[in-house]
Amino acid sequence: MPDGLVPKVRIQHQDFDIAAEIASLTQDRTDIGAVVTFSGLCRDEKGTLSALELEHYPGMAEAEIKRIAAEALTRWPLQGLTVIHRHGKIRPGENIVLVVTASTHRQAAFEAADFLMDYLKSRAPFWKKEHRADGSEGGWVDAKDTDANAARRWPSSE
Amino acid sequence: MTTRLIYFAWVRERIGMPEEDVELPEGIDTVADLLRWLKSRGEAYEHALQYPDVIRVAINQEHVDHREKISGAREIALFPPMTGG
Repeated sequence: MPDGLVPKVRIQHQDFDIAAEIASLTQDRTDIGAVVTFSGLCRDEKGTLSALELEHYPGMAEAEIKRIAAEALTRWPLQGLTVIHRHGKIRPGENIVLVVTASTHRQAAFEAADFLMDYLKSRAPFWKKEHRADGSEGGWVDAKDTDANAARRWPSSE
Repeated sequence: MTTRLIYFAWVRERIGMPEEDVELPEGIDTVADLLRWLKSRGEAYEHALQYPDVIRVAINQEHVDHREKISGAREIALFPPMTGG
């Protein structure tokens, strides 16, 4: 990995503080010119969702996100990288995932964040189940072809 | 050799347990062989693995495709396509 940067990867139930995560990458540094954050939220477009339950594969979830993060570091010159993914029951409006990328210039930070989310969606072992507002158990959220296709638009590094 | 099988999401629900230890019979060399063998173990497995092509598999916590050899695998996980992020 360039400059020995070790990405920060956390899998947790509790929420995260976006400002604090940005600060932890930028404090005491003057060489970072761009920070991009992406946060994914639990959404309820129809007003029928009570919560999403995120199941994950303990151990592998962290290992796989670390592999994706390491791949991002080989492709873009990043000076900081944080990925946090929540699991358990998450209500509409709450955070699910955070990606923070820091670099000298914005292009690397934007592209790396985009790449990380595309790969995370199709390779990080998490599964969403819906709990409905009327108390009934919803189904498992189906994987979208658009997410798999999004991951494929990045050229293979091999 | 005992292999631990771990199931997630609807694969777990349909099989009816989160994990189990199995002794793999002779001739189960690849992930595809394993899926075929599991599917023959009863109605719950048949239901979970009805469409084997959609099942994703990880060996020792790394993604593999269905042609992968499973010799020496301590832990094999079966799950649907992922929906995180």
